[in-house]
Amino acid sequence: MKLRLTTSVSDHRLLDERQHTRSTMWIMAIMLFLTVLAAGFGLAVLAASSLLDRQLAGRLTLQLIEANETRRDQQVTALVAALSAMPNIAHASVVDRKELVNLLRPWLGADGSDPDLPIPAMIDVDVRMADDAAVRRVETAVKAIVPAARVDRHERWMSPVSNFMRLIVGLAFGLVLLLATATATVVILVGRAGLETHRNTIDVLHILGSTDLQVARLFQRRIALDTLFGGVIGTGLAVLAIIFLGMQAQTLGSDLLSGVALGPLDWIVLLALPVLFAMLATLAARFSVLRTLRRLP
Amino acid sequence: MDALSKHVETKRGKIHTCLSAAREHAMNQRLQTIRGADSAAMANIVQFEKVGLRYGSGPETLTDISFTLAKGAFYFLTGASGAGKTSLLRMLYLAQRPSRGSIQLFGEDAAALPRDRLPGFRRRIGVVFQDFRLLPHLSAFDNIALPLRVSGVSENDVAAPVREMLDWVGLSNRLDARPQTLSGGEQQRVAIARAVIGRPEILVADEPTGNVDPDMAERLLHLFDSLNRLGTTVVVATHDFHLLGRIPNAHMMRLDKGTLLDPTGSLRFPPAQGFAPAP
Repeated sequence: MKLRLTTSVSDHRLLDERQHTRSTMWIMAIMLFLTVLAAGFGLAVLAASSLLDRQLAGRLTLQLIEANETRRDQQVTALVAALSAMPNIAHASVVDRKELVNLLRPWLGADGSDPDLPIPAMIDVDVRMADDAAVRRVETAVKAIVPAARVDRHERWMSPVSNFMRLIVGLAFGLVLLLATATATVVILVGRAGLETHRNTIDVLHILGSTDLQVARLFQRRIALDTLFGGVIGTGLAVLAIIFLGMQAQTLGSDLLSGVALGPLDWIVLLALPVLFAMLATLAARFSVLRTLRRLP
Repeated sequence: MDALSKHVETKRGKIHTCLSAAREHAMNQRLQTIRGADSAAMANIVQFEKVGLRYGSGPETLTDISFTLAKGAFYFLTGASGAGKTSLLRMLYLAQRPSRGSIQLFGEDAAALPRDRLPGFRRRIGVVFQDFRLLPHLSAFDNIALPLRVSGVSENDVAAPVREMLDWVGLSNRLDARPQTLSGGEQQRVAIARAVIGRPEILVADEPTGNVDPDMAERLLHLFDSLNRLGTTVVVATHDFHLLGRIPNAHMMRLDKGTLLDPTGSLRFPPAQGFAPAP
């Protein structure tokens, strides 16, 4: 049987629009606002987390704890020379004593600037191929020259931060899933309520020979449009909120927050959300309405 | 006195006998016409066989309903309110499945039809209700066009038949009117136009004259009659006994407390002796 109700009957507004409230559209606007915010936040934190991982991977700090200043300087020179000669090392440089003093100021106060105070020497190292094996090779080379040298991988220090960021990303995407489920549930409830509201129309349509699919299309079309319009409003507001928060974050000048940004692909995903939700709503409405109609004689 | 009385009685008896004979003759002729037509041209398009209907776990609303409807015939279904006319009609236009028994419709067992085949059968049946059941947010034109649109007729092919129908029911000047702006009679004519625009094989009308004045009731009946003359089987449920005699060849079925009074379902015209409006 050929079903062409979508283009003809639905265009003739079979469902009484006067009985239709715009509440569904506004619910969808709120849903999409929250979803896009959650997704945007998740994607931005994911980007920051990835950036942090990239930045920290292969970054090492060598610490030489040697009370004898002359011997310490010799060890530093030897290590820098050896590391610079290694092909896998992008960069190896001694941390300036002034910088070390600044770093220690919270603990040592003004005493840190005493030139007689022995302060461990530190060397910053960037490993090009930052896999575990490469870092271990550097570690072995360093220990061969200065057995007492400590090798600290920045990755290890920042792993709690990284883990926390991943947790936030997981939470954000979990929220997106929850909101999608809530949206589908709202659509199912709206569909059922709509069936009750338009019961007389549906009865008449059935008596005139409408199929369940034709009736379901009337509802899915209405709900899809509501979701799309509401979604565009909600997404628009959420995008404005994200842009505003991004601008606020930039003014803070934080290195960590500077990585919290959305790339072009992220924006595409966010802008696709209302369309995806409209599709989800359409399917949910179709499923729900068909299921209810099948119970009729 | 006695002789006079005897004479009068004798005369009265002769007149009565003559009238009875004439009536019987006329009745026989009509029955022969109907039976002849039945056997020659009319195939049964509906056959109810021991149909029972029960709502939920309550008692049977309709019990052992058996009858046949011949193609192209006109039927009145009568009975008091609550006798089960609407329930019977609902089964006839496939809005209700029977609890038991079989319903042969257009040669198929309608009671056992899968749900996805019901729309195709429903499109072959036009239905008119006492309360019209027009969609209030649509114009008369769009209400009448509904069956065509539901059947997937293209928009280019909708306007002409709808205008033709509006003309047929005498409402060509009200095509944009919403149902609430039409009188009861006008609404019912729109409903009739909607019911017949798809050229149904059966037209079912449930108390179609219940909400209109007597003049309009006759006009509506005339519409049904003219449709019947075009070959559509018409079933009109009514308890308006003034209408029953208006269609000369109509068959009659009478329901009483969920039972068809003639258990064989044979149809009667003119009404059998003693046939009287249900209380």
